[in-house]
Amino acid sequence: MADTLTPPLTPSLRPRRDSVHGHEKPSAVATALLLLGALYCLLPVFWVVMASTKDGSELFSTFTFAPSTHLFDNIAELSAYRDGLFWRWMANTALYAGAGAIASTFVSALSGYVLAKFAFPGKGAVFNILLMGVLVPGVILAIPQYFLMAQLGLTNTYWAVFLPQIISPYGIYLARIYAAAAVPTDVVEAARTDGASEMGIFARIAMPMMLPGLVTIFLFQFVAIWNNFMLPYIMLGDDTLFPITVGLNGLLNQGASAPALYTLVVTGALLSILPLILMFLLLQRFWRVDLAAGAVKA
Amino acid sequence: MLAPGIVLFAVFMAAPILYTLYLSFQRVEVSGLGLGSGARKQVFAGLDNYAAALGDPEFGASVGRVLTYGAILIPCMLGLALLFALLLDSRRSRATTFSRVAIFLPYAVPAVISSLLWGFLYLPSVSPFYYLTERLGIEMPQILSSQLIMFGIANIALWGGVGFNMIVIYTSLKAVPNDIYEAARLDGASETQIALRIKIPIVTPSLIMTALFSIVATLQVFAEPTTLRPLTNTLSTSWTPLMKVYRDAFTRDDIYSAAASSIVIAAATLLISFVFLRVVQKRAFGQED
Repeated sequence: MADTLTPPLTPSLRPRRDSVHGHEKPSAVATALLLLGALYCLLPVFWVVMASTKDGSELFSTFTFAPSTHLFDNIAELSAYRDGLFWRWMANTALYAGAGAIASTFVSALSGYVLAKFAFPGKGAVFNILLMGVLVPGVILAIPQYFLMAQLGLTNTYWAVFLPQIISPYGIYLARIYAAAAVPTDVVEAARTDGASEMGIFARIAMPMMLPGLVTIFLFQFVAIWNNFMLPYIMLGDDTLFPITVGLNGLLNQGASAPALYTLVVTGALLSILPLILMFLLLQRFWRVDLAAGAVKA
Repeated sequence: MLAPGIVLFAVFMAAPILYTLYLSFQRVEVSGLGLGSGARKQVFAGLDNYAAALGDPEFGASVGRVLTYGAILIPCMLGLALLFALLLDSRRSRATTFSRVAIFLPYAVPAVISSLLWGFLYLPSVSPFYYLTERLGIEMPQILSSQLIMFGIANIALWGGVGFNMIVIYTSLKAVPNDIYEAARLDGASETQIALRIKIPIVTPSLIMTALFSIVATLQVFAEPTTLRPLTNTLSTSWTPLMKVYRDAFTRDDIYSAAASSIVIAAATLLISFVFLRVVQKRAFGQED
């Protein structure tokens, strides 16, 4: 009961015992270990910020963490590379991840809701197959999916990257947990007696109740698609369709023979992680990752 | 209403698996010079492709590498994730918000980009580590050499994964009511004892799930070594099983043996996951069943 009364946007990861902090003697060792971990995680990010301010010769000659003044030159050069191909890659990534995550969240919500709230023959089997799907995720399917897409003549199109990533067994699994917890069965039944259609009940009653959980599914799927490398790497040959991961990988490959491209790769790496890092900082409170809720005993 | 889910599942998960299964039992027979239509035809090959895949020393070597890689990576990653989660939850730690965000941040960086960043940090001409050790007069071994590349790649995966696993474990620690700790403290338990005797048992289910997801991810490692290849000549095109499948299917156009290898990898992943769950579930939840 308490759960449904809490405002859905309560930051769940904020340290709950903040008020008691300070009563206890602080431990220098514990704090130092945490800061060491933070340093390790920030080091490469700090490096890329510094490295992207250097020009081609400075990258290999000046001290790693010494900044230079060429950041805007590098960005301009990157933007000019093959008529702004880099920004095309960024736009493609945003499209794949944005549209893909929205479609995936909707399908997950619908399937999870049905699995949680309806009784039908074969439901147990559907759910078990789904759990197996969680254990064999996307990457292993990428090559078989390529063969299939090739049969359909869809390789080397936006669809080849967009369609396979809509289905997310893990998203459906999470949605089923959220639907079971957040949508009371009597509310669904009351709406049904009032003559609402099943789709209407789902869209107008169940979806809003599941919303905070759906944001989490959206974020998961968004990051998964944004980070995916193998699927687009396999499916696409035309570099104007590439997402950023495949594009930068190709640029790095060319850099092996033309080191001048390395500054572009480094600057591109910096620009490509900024949006996601920003999104992380802004949406932190939605990262409630309770993988074990019911999973192990299911 | 389940239709969209089932259709998508059938088309993009079930159908590819079945199609691969079909291909894995086929081979191409070439008659004559192999020219003209009808000269190449697909025939049933039985288990030949599987025998070839399993007998291929390259495949065995790539599996061996992935297992070594997993044995290095998974204990380090989960150990550190657990340590950081416990430290974040400890009342005696400071700077917890900053550390939590900083350690989680690499999760936002795609594996290709993190491999690229670390790849440059491993290059002696760019790396601060080599710069510093040179000043100090210590000779630092080449991370991009064939002996150490395994650790280099494991480090990239560790960097990208430790924060996510930390958050998973930390979330389950947060769900524990404070009273339990208060009671333990009244009984004279130290913070360390509370961590070992109460907190770790409570997060065991989360640890099992993170371990499972890490195992599945490890068996499929592809992006990191593929991205590092231009920077070093120690990574072969069949360094991991999936890289070999990719090469067979796209560079060598041998989709039949690639299909057989895919099936072997998928089956092994499922088998390892199930065995793992069986074993730890018996241990962890033995009393409840």
